[in-house]
Amino acid sequence: MNENIKQKINNIVSENEVCLFMKGTPEVPQCGFSLAVSNVLKHLKVNFKGINVLEDSEIRESIKEYSDWPTIPQLYIKGKFVGGCDIVKEMFEKGEIQNMLKEQKIKYKDSK
Amino acid sequence: MSLKIEEIKSLIKEAMPDAKITIQDLAGDENHYSATIKSKAFVGKSKIEQHKLVYRALKGKMGNELHALALNTMEI
Repeated sequence: MNENIKQKINNIVSENEVCLFMKGTPEVPQCGFSLAVSNVLKHLKVNFKGINVLEDSEIRESIKEYSDWPTIPQLYIKGKFVGGCDIVKEMFEKGEIQNMLKEQKIKYKDSK
Repeated sequence: MSLKIEEIKSLIKEAMPDAKITIQDLAGDENHYSATIKSKAFVGKSKIEQHKLVYRALKGKMGNELHALALNTMEI
């Protein structure tokens, strides 16, 4: 991974408290796993930035190396890699995502 | 590009000999699977580290030959 693209990803994850590298957009996800994570964030009414990797092949390949994680979607909160679809869903069910958001002082709404 | 259940199992077994593995072919296309894996190798590790162990066992096939593998990892 070259330095430029690494810097580009660094900038994205540091400028957006919550960002999701996904296939498609939060409005129109192009993959079921991206849809699932996007839905968790929408359900919690979290303001997040969706990065459509289908529109940027450089990011699509480099993000996997960046996080040492082979699949997309990938969720980042405050610059830290949180996980992919399975982990995010499990954390949501256990209330761990909610706790993480609370600790990081990020606004969300839990309708449960 | 696809990977058979037995191939996935044997790759995981190679890396984690004690693993108890259940795999389901979700779509019947040898490309979308769900796996439950129990192993001592997961003890004391975060979920991210646990899933990375499995991905490492699959030797780069995840995201390539293998499109989708939903993971549920558990400590024994």
